[in-house]
Amino acid sequence: MALASDPPKAGFRLSMLIYDTRFRSITIQIVVLLLFLAGLVWLLNNAYVNLEAKGKDFNFSFLWTRAGYDLAQTLIPYSNDDTHLRALVIGLLNTLLVSFLGCILATVLGTIIGVLRLSQNWLVARIMTVYVETFRNIPLLLWILLMGTILAETRPVPKDFRLTEAMKAAGEEPKASMWFFDSVAVTNRGTNLPAPAFDHSLGVVDIGWNLPVSLNALAILAVMSASFWGWRRFIARAKAVQEATGTRPTTWWPSLLILFAPISALLYGLGFHLDYPQITRFDFTGGFQMLHSFTALLIALTLYTAAFIAEIVRAGIQAISKGQTEAAYALGLRPGRTMSLVILPQALRVIVPPLISQFLNLTKNSSLAIAVSYMDLRGTLGGITLNQTGRELECMMLMMGIYLTISLTISSLMNLYNKSIKLKER
Amino acid sequence: MKKSVFFGSVALAALVAGAASASTLDDVKARGQLICGSNPGLTGFAAPDANGVYQGFDVAVCKAVAAAVLGDPMKVKYVPLTGETRFTALASGEVDVLVRNSTWTFSRDTELALDFVAVNYYDGQGFMVNKSLGVSSAKELDGATICVQTGTTTEMNLADFFKANNMTYTPVNIADDAEGQQKFAAGACDSYTTDASGLASSRATLPNAADIVILPEIISKEPLGPVVRHGDNNWGDIVRWSFYALVAAEEYGVTKANLEEVAATTQNPEIRRLLGLEGDMGKKIGLDNDFAKRAILASGNYGEVFEANIGASTSIGLARGLNAQWTQGGLMYAPPFR
Amino acid sequence: MSETSFVRTEMLAPKPAPVSQVGAIKWMRENLFSGPLNTALTILGVLATVWLVQAAAPWLLHGVWNANSLSECRAIIAAAHGPEATGACWAVIRVRWNQFLFGFYPVDQYWRLFVTFAGLFLALAPVLFDALPRKLLWGALLYPLVAFWLLWGGPIWGPVAVLAGFVILGLLFTALAPKLGVPVSAGVGLVAAALFWLYAAAPIEAALQSALPFALSEVDSDQFGGFLLALVIGVSAIVLSLPLGILLALGRQSDMLIVKSLSVGVIEFVRGVPLITLLFTASLLLQYFLPPGTSFDLILRVVILVTLFAAAYIAEVIRGGLAALPRGQYEAADALGLDYWQAQRLIIMPQALKISIPGIVSSFIGLFKDTTLVAFVGLFDPLKGISNVVRSDMAWKGTYWEPYIFVAVIFFLFNFSMSRYSMYLERKLKRDHR
Repeated sequence: MALASDPPKAGFRLSMLIYDTRFRSITIQIVVLLLFLAGLVWLLNNAYVNLEAKGKDFNFSFLWTRAGYDLAQTLIPYSNDDTHLRALVIGLLNTLLVSFLGCILATVLGTIIGVLRLSQNWLVARIMTVYVETFRNIPLLLWILLMGTILAETRPVPKDFRLTEAMKAAGEEPKASMWFFDSVAVTNRGTNLPAPAFDHSLGVVDIGWNLPVSLNALAILAVMSASFWGWRRFIARAKAVQEATGTRPTTWWPSLLILFAPISALLYGLGFHLDYPQITRFDFTGGFQMLHSFTALLIALTLYTAAFIAEIVRAGIQAISKGQTEAAYALGLRPGRTMSLVILPQALRVIVPPLISQFLNLTKNSSLAIAVSYMDLRGTLGGITLNQTGRELECMMLMMGIYLTISLTISSLMNLYNKSIKLKER
Repeated sequence: MKKSVFFGSVALAALVAGAASASTLDDVKARGQLICGSNPGLTGFAAPDANGVYQGFDVAVCKAVAAAVLGDPMKVKYVPLTGETRFTALASGEVDVLVRNSTWTFSRDTELALDFVAVNYYDGQGFMVNKSLGVSSAKELDGATICVQTGTTTEMNLADFFKANNMTYTPVNIADDAEGQQKFAAGACDSYTTDASGLASSRATLPNAADIVILPEIISKEPLGPVVRHGDNNWGDIVRWSFYALVAAEEYGVTKANLEEVAATTQNPEIRRLLGLEGDMGKKIGLDNDFAKRAILASGNYGEVFEANIGASTSIGLARGLNAQWTQGGLMYAPPFR
Repeated sequence: MSETSFVRTEMLAPKPAPVSQVGAIKWMRENLFSGPLNTALTILGVLATVWLVQAAAPWLLHGVWNANSLSECRAIIAAAHGPEATGACWAVIRVRWNQFLFGFYPVDQYWRLFVTFAGLFLALAPVLFDALPRKLLWGALLYPLVAFWLLWGGPIWGPVAVLAGFVILGLLFTALAPKLGVPVSAGVGLVAAALFWLYAAAPIEAALQSALPFALSEVDSDQFGGFLLALVIGVSAIVLSLPLGILLALGRQSDMLIVKSLSVGVIEFVRGVPLITLLFTASLLLQYFLPPGTSFDLILRVVILVTLFAAAYIAEVIRGGLAALPRGQYEAADALGLDYWQAQRLIIMPQALKISIPGIVSSFIGLFKDTTLVAFVGLFDPLKGISNVVRSDMAWKGTYWEPYIFVAVIFFLFNFSMSRYSMYLERKLKRDHR
């Protein structure tokens, strides 16, 4: 008679691979791995056979050939004589720029809207509800198209800003005028802002790969950080004096002097002035032009994502029990400090994880940029380059790899942050 | 259970794929349908109408080929393709022939392993501007903002043109013709550049058409034509000669209306060979001798197709220009049917 | 009885409250002007609303419904409101509404769409309402085949043959599962069903069709467009992604290192790339990874890739559901002696899926909105695809806002009602748990 406590018979039977819990998980894992590898080999083999049949190869050498197309917004110098690789980098930088600014603006706007939705003000709470529901329930593509159109249709064309001789003679005014003492012009193509310029410029250095770095900016940065460091030292000394003698030396004017005198001297030396945009034959020149393709995409991404973030913020605030507020009041904290010391730190724990995925979404959604002619990574590498070279396999894989890297970087950074604010349970 | 549609369709698709053979002609005949890659919406050239039926100048080529091969111009399935997906769709066998105003270039012909079998429209890239800009030549566009369709040859031509003339510009890379037209109408770009035919049709529909001029410079050659996969030469021949039948028919005055009458009376050996009354033209490309006749009957000869879709009597109002018969000073020149 | 009454026997009529404490004024004081900040916000809000209405109202009010082209619209508006007036040309919607909704589906076959749509609600009913008998779930499982047949048409025996494959799978599974365990028997069943589909289904189908011809007229995939296409892609991707998503979620929770890392890899990869790259994969790359000569419908390829995309999101939703279940449920299942798959089927999944329904609904809303991206691979989505087709007609070239507004309104109505439903469900489920 076998007892339940009888030791299992020694020896290994093949059926144990399936029935014995000690081995089963290993069996399953090996089978899954084999199936996965078999699938992978099958796919790669197919790709190999197909490429062979089409007489194509798989290599990335096309990235070093001449691109031959022009791009409007380039953060680093670019011309159509540059390589596809450089065009890729331009696109990537554009993607990163719009995503980065979008994340910041959407967080700010989303927080404000989320708080306002909980407001006591009936009208404001309703308006915010309408805003959130409208933006959440209509596809982003439509918002992007709409923003592009609104900016293009409602702002005056550049030539409306022009004052021709004939108009002067007739005493007419231009149809549109610039803002802020003729320094800012918002046309239907872009926002023209004054740009800093230097009469005695230090020039630029090329740090390789035709990446110019402005020595003026470097000098300004150096001087500013030096003055800041000096100011910190000065304040620390003042504190030490106060500790030792009980009287605090006058600090306000030396502070101002330390902070602003060197930079003013430098700017004066460099001949700093603002370069204002001027209307010319077709458009404004001079100054700094921010194209509407960028603005429209940024606004659309911000407004759309802010609606989602607002809901996250609202849920986060509502998740904190009322008792926390009451306890804080009982301890004698003022409402402001209650919010910043008690409610927000706890709400953040609820808010941050879904916020991360909204950041990821925003970054991925920026790939719709082509709808407003913003040339991002998908517009350069995944659009024109792919089309001109016919290397869809390489281009798409490269593009997926880049987006994946961006996503994983964002989520790991945010996870690190999340870990740092996590509730430490004992 | 819910994977049913998925697996079922994949299994079905595998079966369909199993039947695929080396010859496009056999595939088309077995399928009983020609699959024609077309533009999802380009006024006059290819677009579904209110009933979802494709109409247009490029569509007529598909119809002619279908009529020649299958005997029925309606046995065509149109696959809408974007600028980015078109050549891949053709190369992968998703479509039998691509008639999507695609420019014949060296690299497309060689690197992409495609064959441009004929040119059904000789186009060139032009510029459209508002009169109030006071521009009379494209060489005066230095510093202008220019709308250009992305993923096309026009983008490269534009870059080349401005480089050659030592000028600068701000490109606005738009996704499709509708966007370009809207941006141009709103004044978001000073000039819109695309094929001259496209400019004409865009201009025709703008509310202030009279204020818009198309500049005289044509900065590129854009021979647009039907494309097939490289390697299946017989199929290429079929598409080529189905198209040239339309061109030849116009040259010899054969129209959809008078075809039967001409066939009954003509003594011109060239026309008799074209209409399959003499010789074995059709047999040599794997069809029957009436193939050209059916192609012409599908929607008329080249001139009729042109007039019906994009010609002077339509709202697009294109002149024949380079696309006139060689006898009229144009480039439409069908090789002899001999 | 001569009593002096010290106490009032009758109550005085209550005095009306001060004007500032009743009615609209009180409400406004409390809700709109309770402090300087609130007053400022109210004024800002009113200004914004007025500005918006002022900007849009004339254009909307001048709308023209009866016209045959944009130029006719413009002429009518100019005649009625002066040459400078602008107005909406809704005539384009009146003429082309059916394309926005159904693409190029044959008009005389529209009834099939209505039946399919009504069937969707019938099939969903047992999932959404607890009161209905559980047996109806089998009907819900049959629905995809019925819908497929109704939408695409063709002989009825095609879907029947597919169903037969599933019956084979089910029979083999139930016969073998007690002996071989769930994974192995499922594998055997799948292989058998696949063999049946690949080799036996087509001849059987043909034979049945010749014996009992019963077919709907076939509709080609390229005739699908507009909201019909968006719904077909959205619904089939969500439905198909559920089984895959459950497997991925279980895989991610698994103790087995290889299974877990593969699941995490798939989920993170799909969630890390934009949907548009997956769509381009469907249209450009898939052909490289399939055996030479394989080519099938673009819509099907898009559905496959969108399913993969949705599965990664659904997996995360279900993982949330699994995580929300109290540990005790797992322990109780173990204590009852249930094995892994029994525990999943009888205890864990029914509860986890129920908690996940709101999440699944919001995934669907997101996916439904994202179906507009298929325009970038040349399909006729309602937003860009159909709008461009309509605009390429000479008569309507230049209509820009009207199609977008029409499409936006439909998207809004659809998604808004779904999100409200999901909120209702969330509240209901919350009550259930307390």
